[in-house]
Amino acid sequence: MSSPIKIVDQISGAGVPVRGNDIDTDRIIPARFLKCVTFEGLGAHAFEDDIIALEKQGKVHAFKNPAYIGGKVLVSNSNFGCGSSREHAPQALLRWGIQSIIAESYSEIFFGNCVSLGIPCFKVDHATADKILTWIEANPKASLDLSVSTRTLKLGAETIALQIADGPRGQFLDGSWNARASLLLNLAKVQSVAANVSYMQGYGA
Amino acid sequence: MPKNLYNKVFESHSVAKLPSGQTQLLIGLHLCHEVTSPQAFAMLREAGLKVAYPGRTFVTVDHIIPTTAEERQRPLRDSISEEMFVHLERNAKDFGIKFFGPETGEQGVVHVVGPENGLTHPGMTIACGDSHTATHGAFGALAFGIGTSQVADVLATQSLAMSPLKVRRIDFTGALKKGVTAKDVALAYIAKLGVNGGVGFAYEFAGPVIEAMDMEGRMTVCNMAIEGGARCGYINPDQTTFDYLQGRPYSPKGADWDRALAKWKAVASDVGASYDDVVTIDGSAIEPMVTWGITPAQGVGISEKLPAVESFSGSERQVVEEAYEYMDFVPGQSIEGVAINVVYIGSCTNGRISDLRAAASIAKGRKVAAGIRAIVVPGSQKVKAIAEAEGLDKVFTAAGFEWREAGCSMCLAMNPDKLKGREIAASTSNRNFKGRQGSPTGRTLLMSPEMAAAAAVEGKVVDVRKYL
Repeated sequence: MSSPIKIVDQISGAGVPVRGNDIDTDRIIPARFLKCVTFEGLGAHAFEDDIIALEKQGKVHAFKNPAYIGGKVLVSNSNFGCGSSREHAPQALLRWGIQSIIAESYSEIFFGNCVSLGIPCFKVDHATADKILTWIEANPKASLDLSVSTRTLKLGAETIALQIADGPRGQFLDGSWNARASLLLNLAKVQSVAANVSYMQGYGA
Repeated sequence: MPKNLYNKVFESHSVAKLPSGQTQLLIGLHLCHEVTSPQAFAMLREAGLKVAYPGRTFVTVDHIIPTTAEERQRPLRDSISEEMFVHLERNAKDFGIKFFGPETGEQGVVHVVGPENGLTHPGMTIACGDSHTATHGAFGALAFGIGTSQVADVLATQSLAMSPLKVRRIDFTGALKKGVTAKDVALAYIAKLGVNGGVGFAYEFAGPVIEAMDMEGRMTVCNMAIEGGARCGYINPDQTTFDYLQGRPYSPKGADWDRALAKWKAVASDVGASYDDVVTIDGSAIEPMVTWGITPAQGVGISEKLPAVESFSGSERQVVEEAYEYMDFVPGQSIEGVAINVVYIGSCTNGRISDLRAAASIAKGRKVAAGIRAIVVPGSQKVKAIAEAEGLDKVFTAAGFEWREAGCSMCLAMNPDKLKGREIAASTSNRNFKGRQGSPTGRTLLMSPEMAAAAAVEGKVVDVRKYL
C-alpha cells in the first residue's frame, strides 16, 4: 500500500463520556449520512440524532458539549457499536477527533473496523468504566494517557489496567493494523488454496 | 475427530497465519451494495490494485433505490443517491464485476439476490459490507458482515484477516405452533440470549424446529444472528437446502451438481462434534413475538405484558428505562392493542416470496384500517415477478396496501420511504433502533409478516392466530 507504516501506541487527550449500553452504529451515524461516496465530512454528523434528542430535553450530548470538544478518548459502556457494519461509524468518530475508545464491550464488526482504521478499542469492567466516566465528567479537558504497549490508562495519579487482546495489540504496535499489506503478500497462497476449493473451480472434476 | 461445520469450513479456507496471529481466510463469494463499497473501490484505485477474482464478486443496488416506478427514473431525484448508483455501475464495469441492476430484472436486496440466484452454497465463505450477511448461513455457509476497509481487502486479495470464533449450538426442540414463524424464532433466541450474547460466537441453529423449516425461514433465522451479537449464524445443509438450490441460475449442473452434492453433504457438522456452548430452546413454547423497545432483544410474546423495570439489573436496566422513555410505553401494559401508524412488509429478513404469501393470506379479503399507511416491498425483482404471477400484488392493493418495487426501503430508510415524527411502524425488518426507520423520533415494532399484515388490518398490534 502507498501509505507508510504507522505505529499506534501512546495516545494522550481529553476524554469524551458517552454513557449507555448498546449504542448502535445507527446512533453513531444515522443512515441518512451514509449517502456519500467518500468518508469526508462524516465527523460533523457523529451522534447527530442523539444530540438533537438531548437538546429537546435541555441536555447536552458530549459530542456537542464545549467541555469535551477536542477530546480524543471516547468512553462508553457495553456492546458499543452494535448493529450495522457501516465503517462510516468509526470513520465519523475518527473524523470528529476520536483516536481511541474505552468501553465494557464492543460489537465484533465495529471492533474490527476500528482496528483497520488504527483506533485501539480497550475493554474495562463496568465499575472501571463508570469510574473513568465519572472522572472525565469531573475533569473535562484533563488528559488521559493511554498506552497500547503497557495496556494502561493514566487517570490523574492513578494507573488503570486496560484490556486489549494480543492480536490487535500487536497489530497496533507493529503497524500492521491495516491488514491489507499482509494479505497482499500471500496472494499466491490464496490462489493455491482457491485451486483446492471445489466451488472456486465450478465443482469441475 | 468429529468436527462442526464452522471448523471444517474455516480450516479448508485457511490461507496462512498472519503476523498478527489472525488467520488469512479465503473468501469464496463476495457481495457488494452501493453504500459500503464506493470507498473500497476508491481505496483500490488509489493504491493501483486490481480485483483479484472479479468473477467471485457480485453487486446490486438496494439501500438507496426508491421503490416506486416513478421515483426510480434515472437520474434519481436525490443527487447523492444518483451519484452512489453511478459509482456502483462504473466500479462494476471498470473491474469486470457482474451487476444485478434494475434493468436486468435481477436487482434486489443483496441477501435476497444471492440465494435466489443460486450463488450461496453450503461450505462457502461469504463476505459482504453488510451486517445481515449472516443470512447466507442458512445454506451452511460461513457468512460475515464486514466494514469498508475489509471490502477493499476482499476485492484486492479475495481474503480477510479473521480470528476463529467459538461455536454455540442452539437447539430448537419440539415443533412451532400454528401462527408462529421463523421471525418469531429469531426474536425469541435474541430475547433469550441478549443482543451481545453472541459476541465471539458463531451460532449453529439446529433441532427439529430448524429441520422442519423451509429455506426462506432458515434465512430469516440466520439473518438476525447479528442482532444477537453473533457475526455469523448457520444451519447444516440437508435435503431442503439441496432441493432449494437445484435449478437456480448459478447452481452447478449435470456432473458438477453431483460432485457439489457430495461436498455439501460432507460439510455438515459431524455427529458427535463438539461445541463451545449448547443452548436449548423449546420451540413449542414460542408465541408470535413483538419487540416493544429499542433493541431487538426487547421483545415479548403477544400474550405477555411488558416487563417491569425492576426485573432487570445493572446496565441492562438502564437500557430498559431508556426504551420505555423513547417508546412512551409503560411496564405492565400489553403489547397487544398498541396502535400503529405504518406497516412495512419487506427487507432481507422478511422480503421473500414465502413472506409475501404469508402476509397476503392475512390481507386477502380484508382492508387496511383507515389512516394506516401500509407498504409491501418485495425483496427482489424476481420475488416481485413471482408474486405478481400468483396475483399477490392484487390481493395487497385490493386490501389497500401499496405494492412497491424491490429494495431495502423502510428497513433503514435511506430511500424516500421513511417514518414521520413519532409514528409507530409494525415492521418485518430486523432493527428497532432509535431513529432506524428514517425519523429520528420514529418507533419500530418488529414482528412477522403475518403479524404485520394483521396489524395493518386492525390499525393496532393483534394476535394473528385469531385469523388462522
